[in-house]
Amino acid sequence: MASDILELTDVHAYYGDSHVLHGISFALKEGRLLGLLGRNGAGKTTCMSTIMGFLATREGAIRLNGEKISGNSPEAIARNGVCLVPQGRRIFRSLTVKENLQVAAQTPGGRTAWTLARVFDIFPRLKERQSQFAGSLSGGEQQMLAIGRALMGNPRVLLMDEPSEGLAPQIVADVGRTIAMLKAEGLSIVLVEQNIKMTLNLADDIVIINTGQVVFSGSAGDAAADQRLISQHLGVF
Amino acid sequence: MQFWLIQTLNSIAFGGLLFLLSSGFSLIFGLMRMPNLAHGAFFMLGAYFGATFMNWGANFWIAALLSGLAVGVLGVILERGLLRKLAGNAQGQVLVTLGVSFIIADVCLMVWTGDPVPVPAPQWARPPMFLMGYAFPTYRLVVLVIAVIAAVLLYLLMERTRLGAMIRAGVDDMEMARGVGIRVSLLFMMVFMLGAALAGLGGTIGGPIMQAYPGLDADMLPLALVVVILGGVGSLMGAFVGSFAVGFIYNFGTALFPDFAYVILFLPMVAVLVLMPEGLFAGSRQ
Repeated sequence: MASDILELTDVHAYYGDSHVLHGISFALKEGRLLGLLGRNGAGKTTCMSTIMGFLATREGAIRLNGEKISGNSPEAIARNGVCLVPQGRRIFRSLTVKENLQVAAQTPGGRTAWTLARVFDIFPRLKERQSQFAGSLSGGEQQMLAIGRALMGNPRVLLMDEPSEGLAPQIVADVGRTIAMLKAEGLSIVLVEQNIKMTLNLADDIVIINTGQVVFSGSAGDAAADQRLISQHLGVF
Repeated sequence: MQFWLIQTLNSIAFGGLLFLLSSGFSLIFGLMRMPNLAHGAFFMLGAYFGATFMNWGANFWIAALLSGLAVGVLGVILERGLLRKLAGNAQGQVLVTLGVSFIIADVCLMVWTGDPVPVPAPQWARPPMFLMGYAFPTYRLVVLVIAVIAAVLLYLLMERTRLGAMIRAGVDDMEMARGVGIRVSLLFMMVFMLGAALAGLGGTIGGPIMQAYPGLDADMLPLALVVVILGGVGSLMGAFVGSFAVGFIYNFGTALFPDFAYVILFLPMVAVLVLMPEGLFAGSRQ
């Protein structure tokens, strides 16, 4: 049985005075892909921000490899190998493609699997455009860059927040293939998505949250088989 | 003709001086999201320090470098000692820098009295230079050369090093920069030191033109603000072009319409704020 690499225990978080996460608990096992689903505003992105340390964990704890990381600064969490592909991509627009990757290079615990050359290997388009300012890339290229940037941190855990958002269907398929490839590499991934079908296909485990609480936690197969669950918590009324 | 030539040269030299002042101001503003209102005081301190070091026997260039170093160290103390304690409270930080500028001004008054202190230019740069039958003030050309050298070095630092890329990443998206592991608190300290050192250096370099006097800080700070508003926050290119624009506007404004110098200076600023609130150079890279 693989051990938990990332574990959230009863995590509460707030935006100002508004209580957004009401005791979230789930665990990601080493080498697996966990799909985090839920409607708009359910708290998925808040969950990612809280793991990264952008938002404070007011109650509860987040552990990486059994070691508590909640309360650490975002830079410390990133340097410890929690790497984020953020919602909206958030690439550094006034940096070149290459610089975007270079500033994110980290070697947590001496991990050196991912290098500039390796990222260019899986995203040849980024290599072609390495001297261009990132702001001039197309949406799909920016998404590749955001993924490449996260990989440069040599992640123990890769957090992907809506990587298919706002992309053409063809590009979404590319992103899906990339995620499958990263999973095959043995990366441990939390994938947040609105694209339910893609997530159910890629994920080993599924966690569904609704209004800041976990309403389902189980295998992807169980989730996919339960039409009532899906329509109740994810479908449109 | 002589008038126009000399005023043009004065404008360029003053622009160069403004660049030394405002490039650091702009970088600090861009990264830390706060105007460092002590920046004018840093510049004034640089002028006084330069005069004192030269009194102690240092030559002009050594005095300028030492002033930059001393003011840079002061910047680190301010950043680590005070601003750091107010992280996340931009308003508090701005007010602290304002308070510090008052304290520096009062200390200068105590130490150097209220009389202007001359800062002598290097011996060789004092006699005018003759070009095509016109006499040019040599030292102003020297200021221009120094500003261009500083601009090139800053450009290389910002655009060609990993540190520069990290600073730009912080200006672009602070939270995400932290999210990829960039230690922004270290960046804050380095940028604050660099900006303060440039202001201190600029103070000594500007000394032969402006002298060191009480109120120099308050004369310079608004100009740095105008430069940053024209050029955009955190943009080196913007600071460069903005500095020379303000140098020309201010110099010709004072020479031609002395009663309206500030109107002529602040009117373009108002226009830019209304029409292009991000500054003339914001988004030029996209």
